Amino acid sequence: MIAFVVRRLLQSLVVMLAVAFIAFSLFNFVGDPILNMMGQDATQAQRDAMRELLGLNDSFVRQFVRFVGNVLRGDFGVSYRLGLPVANLIVERLPATLELSFCAAVLALSIGVPLGVYTGLHRHGAMSRFFLVISLIGVSLPTFLIGILLILFFAVVLGWLPSFGRGEVVRIGWWSTGFLTRDGWRALILPSVTLCLFQLTLIMRLVRAEMMEVLRTDYIKFARARGLTNRAVNFGHALKNTLIPVITITGLQIGAIVAFAIVTETVFQWPGMGFLFIQAIQVVDIPIMSTYLVLIAFIFVVINLVVDLLYYAVDPRLRIGRGAGH
Amino acid sequence: MASETRDAVPGHFARAQDALSRFWDSDVMHSFKRSPIVIIAFVVTMIFFIAAFFASFIAPHNTFDVATLDLSNASLPPAWSEGGSRNFVFGTDDQGRDVLSSIMFGMRVSLTVGFASVAFAVTVGVMLGLVAGYVGGAVDSIIMRVADVQLSFPPILIALLIDGLTRSLLPRGVHDELALVVLVIAIGLANWVQFARTVRGQVMVEKNKEYVQAARVIGLPAPLIAIRHVLPNVLGPVLVIATINLALAIITEATLSFLGVGLPPTEPSLGTLIRIGNNFLFSGEWWMTIFPGVALVLLVLSVNLLGDWLRDALNPKLR
Amino acid sequence: MNMLKLAVLAAAVAVGLAQAAEAATFRYSTQNDILGLDPHANNHGVTNAMKANFYEPLVQRLPDGTLAPALATEWQLLNPTTWRFRLRANVRFHGGEPFSADDVVFSFDRVRQQTSDMSYTVSAIERITKVDDLTIDIVTRGPNPVLLQDLTLFFVMNKAWTERNNAVPVVRTAGATNFPNLNVNGTGPFRLQERVIDTRTVLVPNPQWWGRANHNITQAVFQPIANPATRLAALLSGEMDLIYPIPQQNIQQASQAANVRVVQGPTARTIYLGFDVFRDDLVDQPGTRNPFKDVRVRQAVYHAIDIETIRRVTMRGSSQPTGLFIAPAIGGFQADMNDRLPFNAERARQLLTEAGYPNGFTITFHCPNNRYINDEAICTAIVPMLARVGIQARLVAQAMTQHINQIQGPGFNTSFYLLGWTPGNFDISNPLRELLTVDEGGGAFNIGRYRSARLEALRPMIVNETDQARRTALIREALTIFRNDLPLIPLHQEPQVFGLRGTVENFDMHVQEDIRLFQVRMR
Repeated sequence: MIAFVVRRLLQSLVVMLAVAFIAFSLFNFVGDPILNMMGQDATQAQRDAMRELLGLNDSFVRQFVRFVGNVLRGDFGVSYRLGLPVANLIVERLPATLELSFCAAVLALSIGVPLGVYTGLHRHGAMSRFFLVISLIGVSLPTFLIGILLILFFAVVLGWLPSFGRGEVVRIGWWSTGFLTRDGWRALILPSVTLCLFQLTLIMRLVRAEMMEVLRTDYIKFARARGLTNRAVNFGHALKNTLIPVITITGLQIGAIVAFAIVTETVFQWPGMGFLFIQAIQVVDIPIMSTYLVLIAFIFVVINLVVDLLYYAVDPRLRIGRGAGH
Repeated sequence: MASETRDAVPGHFARAQDALSRFWDSDVMHSFKRSPIVIIAFVVTMIFFIAAFFASFIAPHNTFDVATLDLSNASLPPAWSEGGSRNFVFGTDDQGRDVLSSIMFGMRVSLTVGFASVAFAVTVGVMLGLVAGYVGGAVDSIIMRVADVQLSFPPILIALLIDGLTRSLLPRGVHDELALVVLVIAIGLANWVQFARTVRGQVMVEKNKEYVQAARVIGLPAPLIAIRHVLPNVLGPVLVIATINLALAIITEATLSFLGVGLPPTEPSLGTLIRIGNNFLFSGEWWMTIFPGVALVLLVLSVNLLGDWLRDALNPKLR
Repeated sequence: MNMLKLAVLAAAVAVGLAQAAEAATFRYSTQNDILGLDPHANNHGVTNAMKANFYEPLVQRLPDGTLAPALATEWQLLNPTTWRFRLRANVRFHGGEPFSADDVVFSFDRVRQQTSDMSYTVSAIERITKVDDLTIDIVTRGPNPVLLQDLTLFFVMNKAWTERNNAVPVVRTAGATNFPNLNVNGTGPFRLQERVIDTRTVLVPNPQWWGRANHNITQAVFQPIANPATRLAALLSGEMDLIYPIPQQNIQQASQAANVRVVQGPTARTIYLGFDVFRDDLVDQPGTRNPFKDVRVRQAVYHAIDIETIRRVTMRGSSQPTGLFIAPAIGGFQADMNDRLPFNAERARQLLTEAGYPNGFTITFHCPNNRYINDEAICTAIVPMLARVGIQARLVAQAMTQHINQIQGPGFNTSFYLLGWTPGNFDISNPLRELLTVDEGGGAFNIGRYRSARLEALRPMIVNETDQARRTALIREALTIFRNDLPLIPLHQEPQVFGLRGTVENFDMHVQEDIRLFQVRMR
């Protein structure tokens, strides 16, 4: 087990290197940072000097090696746009994104799983159909449209919730949290609902599909035949067995929520990493883009590791299988 | 000659009729006939398909022919509202395009991109997932770490990269002609990981089950076992993700158009129509985004309902 | 829609509550956050406007575009290249340090660094020398009629404070963090209270300011909101007192909302179409003759564009169609030369036939989609207009980053594009140098690499001519060449549209689109 984890962590280093490498080759297509950094009145000599200063005249392999070297020394570079160390900027944004993602994930799971179970158990019920249809409407509209409609209704028409930002935050060390103020909670509602919709629908439909499948298996029939209560059969046996694909997808989706909160954060002016990243793309802020992508790679590697470990916990047969195979 | 034909037709006809009636009485059709919602979904989907693929013939205006556009017709409300014109049933957008025709032409682009890219993602993802899950070991590690790399990049960025690569590799003229293909591959490649990981997870469970082990014992080759026996049992979740991903692919295409790597704004897709219309949501010109939005919702809804039904109907365990 | 009426009602209630709570806090929002607080680092509209709340130049540009004394009280020309400036007495920096000639000389040396994006403001200055504590001499490289214009964005920092904090070099990237990017010590009417990047910047009035405060605000909170719809929602819901900009299509609805009013005026930015007039072949179709080298084709494109309909429909009546590449607010503008070639599709087809293109031709049209007001919509509207005279344009609309990367040198990978320009010093000399000439290091944005020998000769003459009448004659000659050659087709000047709540009693629009807090009065 420990060997497995160590091997995976070593692999993750390779993954992060690969991500950084691809990111660097990608920057050629995003644009020229100098054109964005220097205003329209800068002279050609100034532009050339800045290009030289940033090392942009070097081949991208050399730029890449330099980046990796600096990162190994803990230096993530300085943002082209803001002239501040990238590490500080990302650390400052991390809490906003993590809190938003956490709320969205909790919402998606706590609503998605029960609804999936319900619609799986009552496949032909009117309520089931209603839930299925409503959830689909949520995913067939672009996130930006859903966000704007929510703002229009809850912030402008009703005036109940703020239309943008994080509200009042409390600083605990370097972490800034919106969980401790009423204002912060109010600000969290609309963005987390917007962000969770897609995941909610996906999880609900997956749980439903798996539930329906498992309920037809022999051992469930056998459990019923043994006279176990519906409740015990449905939740003790059936639900547990639907979990493998659900864990896979949930793991992926939590990573996806963190990584791709980009649109939601932009619509709600949420000061998180995704918003930082999209602004970096707009002005070709290479240090921020590369650091962000490497960080996201790390998050995915960790999440996938956890998912694989969970497989073992949930499904004893896998343990036997692995044990026999190795 | 004439008699032969007369002979042949009833024979073929009878056989065809026979096949048709067998199909009509089949379990699949039975569950189809039983469910009015599925029938409605089927009809809606068909209407969209026909409207999209015959847009050039049935749409009231050819919105892709820019020479016919007139800016003076811009922002007209739907025909039934005050100031509307019978010429433009659902009104016009900010460029004077007929919204109804735009939806039909845009649907064609969106359906092509959506279905093709999902099919591409499913093919790549399921194959790699099967291999990773069934073979395991180093192969599994490599495929899954590639997936990790891939997941670290927002789909939009991957699509940008692929577009940039093809742009630099292909001659200019060729790239323009292949814009749609590039788009399909870009969006497809951006989404294969979900399928791969889901299939892999399922396969890891299935491969230890008795039926697979039995097949192994009788000496069936591994690829055959994987495809013939394991694959059908992991398709349920794949279908669920695929139908939902259709919406995602259509929306991704709109976002890419916004970044300038999709199709030109003079030939808007459904997603692009919604994106442009979004700017007019607060200005009271609701028809520019609501009608394309409703069309997209109906399309995704119908396809998903059909997908659900197909999944249930084809799965012998659920009958 | 009824929803809007509801919105208006609810917003009115919300604002009533907000008003009672904080009467003198002014909350405002624009699209982008400022890039930093260092007055010499970045040259960027929103950032320059924010700097002007904290720091001051020697000469300031008032909202109507006229010049007025700021840190200098009076000035005179000693000889054609030497100016003497009297500095304002009894001025103190926020930190208490007295302002003197040493600070001006120091700031001049600091802003001249190559890493400073603001160095263009002093590029015409040879040296600044201290005469006494409150007198300086500015020696220019040649006779310079626009020195005062240039000086309006030359902000003065405190020498002692900057040196003490080890911030003399203007740091943009590697190495130490730039201290002045996060901290402020100016002489201006406002002080910095708090700054959270991309979230908010809080300002409070400077009680020791030398000027008489026109404003009555006790605190100003600047919060950027990138998404236009969210920004508008924040205004309608009463969370903002002022937002900028309001999209054209929302002007009518926003002005009908209760307790909200919309004010608009012209800006100095001109939107134009440009051609490649240099290469023989089209850049996207090697081997195909570049039709834009023929002035008749450029005239044909001009005649094909129905600018009045673009103004009325796409810009909702708020743009100002123009025949020159400079706005009325720019020095050198000639009102009688601002007329356009009329919209005349028939004439356009005729010109194309004369030029040897009776059946038109096919081109790629490059356009930004997130930079100027309705940029993509303008381009999309132009495509059918060209199609009607036979020119098939394939529109490539992309984000500004990619657009500029595509069309900019050294590649200049475009034959036909849309761009906009605001002259940084508000004088014609700037676009003449950047857009229309190539000699002596000019022409950074002369995408089509247009070159006219006479214009190259005229440019230095216009730059150095101090006699107004002679200068005007030279400018008119340059504009005549431009109107004959048509290397660019001007379309219109962009409007600036602000949304205000009823809480704001007075707000003066600035021709630079700046939000200057010292003019804001709240109810």
